[in-house]
Order: sequence, then C-alpha cells, then structure tokens
Amino acid sequence: MVLLETKSLTKYFGDTHAIDHVDFSVAQGELLALIGSNGAGKTTLVNLISGLLRADSGTILFQGTDVTVMSVHDRIRAGIARSFQLVTVFDQLGTLDNVVLAIFSREGKTRRLLSLASSDHPVREEAFEVLREFGLDGKASQPAGGLSQGERKLLDVAVAYALRPKLLFLDEPTSGVSTREKAPIMDVITSIVRSGKITAVIIEHDMDVVFRYSDRIVVMHEGTILADGRPDEIRRNEQVTITLLGTSPSQ
Amino acid sequence: MNPIQAPPKRALLSAIPVAVILFFLPLLITPYHVTLLAYGLIFAIAALGFNLLLGYTGLLSFGHSAYFGMGAYAVAFIVKYLNITSMEVFLLGGILASAAIAALFGFLCVRYTRIFFGILTLALSQVLWSLAFKFYWVTGGTDGLRVPTPSLLGVQNPAGEDKMIFLAHRYYYYVLVIFLVGVAVMWVIVHSPFGKALQAIRDNETRAEFVGVQVWRYRWVAFLVSGIYTGVAGTLWVPLNGLTTPDILHWTFSGKIVFFTVLGGFQTFMGPIIGGVAYNYLETYAVGHTVYWQMVLGVVLVLLVLVLPTGIAGTAGRLVLRLRRAA
Repeated sequence: MVLLETKSLTKYFGDTHAIDHVDFSVAQGELLALIGSNGAGKTTLVNLISGLLRADSGTILFQGTDVTVMSVHDRIRAGIARSFQLVTVFDQLGTLDNVVLAIFSREGKTRRLLSLASSDHPVREEAFEVLREFGLDGKASQPAGGLSQGERKLLDVAVAYALRPKLLFLDEPTSGVSTREKAPIMDVITSIVRSGKITAVIIEHDMDVVFRYSDRIVVMHEGTILADGRPDEIRRNEQVTITLLGTSPSQ
Repeated sequence: MNPIQAPPKRALLSAIPVAVILFFLPLLITPYHVTLLAYGLIFAIAALGFNLLLGYTGLLSFGHSAYFGMGAYAVAFIVKYLNITSMEVFLLGGILASAAIAALFGFLCVRYTRIFFGILTLALSQVLWSLAFKFYWVTGGTDGLRVPTPSLLGVQNPAGEDKMIFLAHRYYYYVLVIFLVGVAVMWVIVHSPFGKALQAIRDNETRAEFVGVQVWRYRWVAFLVSGIYTGVAGTLWVPLNGLTTPDILHWTFSGKIVFFTVLGGFQTFMGPIIGGVAYNYLETYAVGHTVYWQMVLGVVLVLLVLVLPTGIAGTAGRLVLRLRRAA
C-alpha cells in the first residue's frame, strides 16, 4: 500500500531545478534508501515532504491526503517525522528529557504551564522504554550534550521515533559516526521497521549500509529520479553505476 | 537515581530557609535597609520574568522597561482617574495593562530572533517612553505622576503612621508574599512540559519545530508571562517609590533589567533573583559613595562579562562543585 507519493514535485533555487517534476512514492512498512551524489536533490526532497521547504509546484499525498501546503506541525500530527543530517538534539536537556519532550508534544502536553514535567510518570516510563530500545537507557540521566557522536545520532532518531510517526525520514543517520557505531544505529532502525511500527526513508552515502539494510533504493541525480528498484536491481543498473561511480557494472 | 522518578525538589526545599530569613530580617535591620530589600525583591521579580525569555527561551529583550513602566503607569492612572488606592486593584490593573502590551509587542517580536528581536523590543519600548514623555497632560511628562500610600487587603494606612514604617513593615511583607508566590509559580513553569518546550526552542529552534512545538506560539506565551512578571514588579515598585516618571520606560531601564540578570547569572533559576537584589544594593551604595557611580556600574559590568560570565549564581555553583570534589 502506498503511504506517500509526490506528483510532479518541483522546487527551484533561482535558476537551479533542485527538484524537477519528481514522482516519488513510499510503500507502507518498507525501509527505503534515497541515494545520489551531493546536490542530487535528496535532502531537498525530504525538506519538501517534511515541510521545511515549500514546493513551487506539484503535490504531496500522505495516506491519500494532500499535505503539500500543510504546516510542519500538522504534518507531524499526520504522522511524518524526520531527523537531520547534522545532529540536532537538545544539548542542555537530559537524554531522557529529549525523548520526554517528544512524547509530551505528541500528546499535546507541552501546553501545560503549571504541572511538573518530572511528575508525569507514564510519559517518563515510555521515554525510558524508547531509550532502552535504542540502547541509551544507561545514559538517561546525562545531559544530551555530553553524549558521543554515535549516541547523539541514536538519540536524534529516538526523539523522532518517540513521536510515533507513520513515516520517518532519516537524513544520513550514520554520517559522522565511527564504522563501529554504524551497525548499532542501522540495526535499531531496521528492527523498528521490521516490527511493523514505522516506515522509514534513509538518505545515505555509505553504499554498504544502503545495500545491506534497505528494501528498495531510489537513486536521484540532478533533481530527478534516475532509478528505482530493489538493491540487486540497482546494483545491476548500468546507468546508476556509471552516474554514481563512473564505472559500468561489468568493470 | 532512577531517572524515571521525579528528581528531588531540593531547589524548592532549599528556598524555605531563605524565605524564613527574609521573613525575620525586618526585625534585625533598619527600616531603610528593609525598603532597600523590598526594592531588591521587586527587581528580582522583574528579572525572573525577563529570564524566562533570556535564560529559558534564548531571546534577549532590550524592551522590558515597557512592561515595568506599564505596571507602574497603570497604578498611577488608577489613582489619577479612578481615585482608587487599593493595592489589589493596582495589581489587577498592572497585570492587565502589562499583559495587553506584552501580548501586542510579543505578537510583533516573536517571529524574530537575536539582534532583530532585541532591536524590535527596544524600539517598541521607546514608543511607549515617547508617549509618556510627550503626553504630559495625561502622564505628567517628566514630572511624572504621584502615587499615594495604598491600602493593603482593604486595610487603610492608619492616619499619621510614618510612611517609612509602612513601607518597611506591612508593605515589605506584602511584596515578600508576592515575591515568594512569583518564585514558586516561575519554578513550576520552567520545570513544566511548557518550560521544557521553551528550553528545546532555545537549544535548537528547527528541531523543536520538528518535534511538534509551535515555536512562535510558545515564544509568544513566554513573552506574555515574562511581560506580566515585569508588569507586577512595576506595579509593586511605584507605591514604594511614590512617583512614576518616563525614566522607567526608557531603554536604559531595560538595560538595568539585563544587568540584574547577567549579574546574578541567567543560566540558573536563582541567578536573576540574586542579581535583582544585589544590583539594587550595588547601585544604592555606588550612588551614595561617588558621583562617578555610573562608571562604577560600568566597570562592574565589564568585569562581570570578562571574569564571571556565569554571574554570581553560576560562579558560586562552580565553586561549590569544586569544593565538593576536593572534599
């Protein structure tokens, strides 16, 4: 079942066609990888879908509803969440409080001025469970700013996941982390997708990660979709290997 | 400590001895020093409100004189036009007036951050200052408006009672109660889910938005609460001072509120409270001892930024931590 689709989505930056009439779709329950060279339009596409940027033309349908001009807040309510390429956790809040905030937001509790956040035990317990799922429960009491880069990446994803989205965009979830830390991050992401809880789209440059973990790969080039298929299909696609690697599959 | 459990409310408990000291202090010091302390507590209320924006939301306002002044002028207008001298009516008027102005100015300002936010708040406060300055038939111009001794909880000041005695006793306790309630309410606000959302906005506005926090709306509410606190401070200040003039609407008074907060330390809850009280003593003694008092305050500010960027509270906290580690 199609969860999200874009129809002829277009975004210009001056004379540059950052996204050029893109028809893109995500099926429910899949882990989709969005790949392409720098400037291919991957992040811009995610920015348009998540609401950070407004499309110049085209439509974005999420579960059949047109969300093209919806606010970020309404898109999150609809079930679209994201993380960013650069880690964006709330450094001065505790690790647990980062997740607690996401749950408060999801439940509409951030409007509460005159109740103590620390007294809401169900929310704190749920946040602790999320941290446990991401292997960060041992760091719950630490300030988020004191975590390692890999842990911060995990927390970033955990915060987005705590919003209980239907569709989660992860912009380079393993960039800037050591090779040793990449597998745990991707294992957690794969695990929550396989458990049927969410659908995930990852933007990733590490081809080992892409081909190992994703169900489907969409290749972008100069604001358009160059190829779309299963990992083995993309691996054999001559146009993709020539464009991305400068070599043909036979070489 | 189990992180799921609520953290101990040590900060609030540690406030109890301070409240007890503040309660009994008028028995030990002169009426003059009690009134100085009352001024300090009032400035602390203003700084507490200001710091909801600076310390917790990451917005530096240079226009908080507007809300302090609105609180003060609301009292003066109630006396002038309604001939009412009830302190409770003053408070109601001060809160409504400062809330109205903060709601309007906040609506205009919260879409901006950093220097643009600061300049816009400054410019808007200067509009109020110029109105107070020019519309002298309403505001008394530079002569200002006098405010008589108010009745407290419906009890009129006995005829013939020395005003200094009234201010140093009954009025001091009135201010103290409002100060303590204000501190407790602000403590809850900054530790509430709303307070956490403000801190998230301060740390990373874009991420906060993508967690579902409606950034402008939350900033506006923070602005409103901040303005009301400062307005309450202005309302309490004017009976103590006996007179309100356009000076308290001028941007230099906004600078003073920034000074209180930086002096105490804006990264801690207690910092602005300490700063408000400490600044008042500092200015009073500087004025009393030298004609170059403004230079003294300037030097203190420079030293503060260079040597104690975390203010009195931040530095004290670090020292305590160092001593604990050494022990």
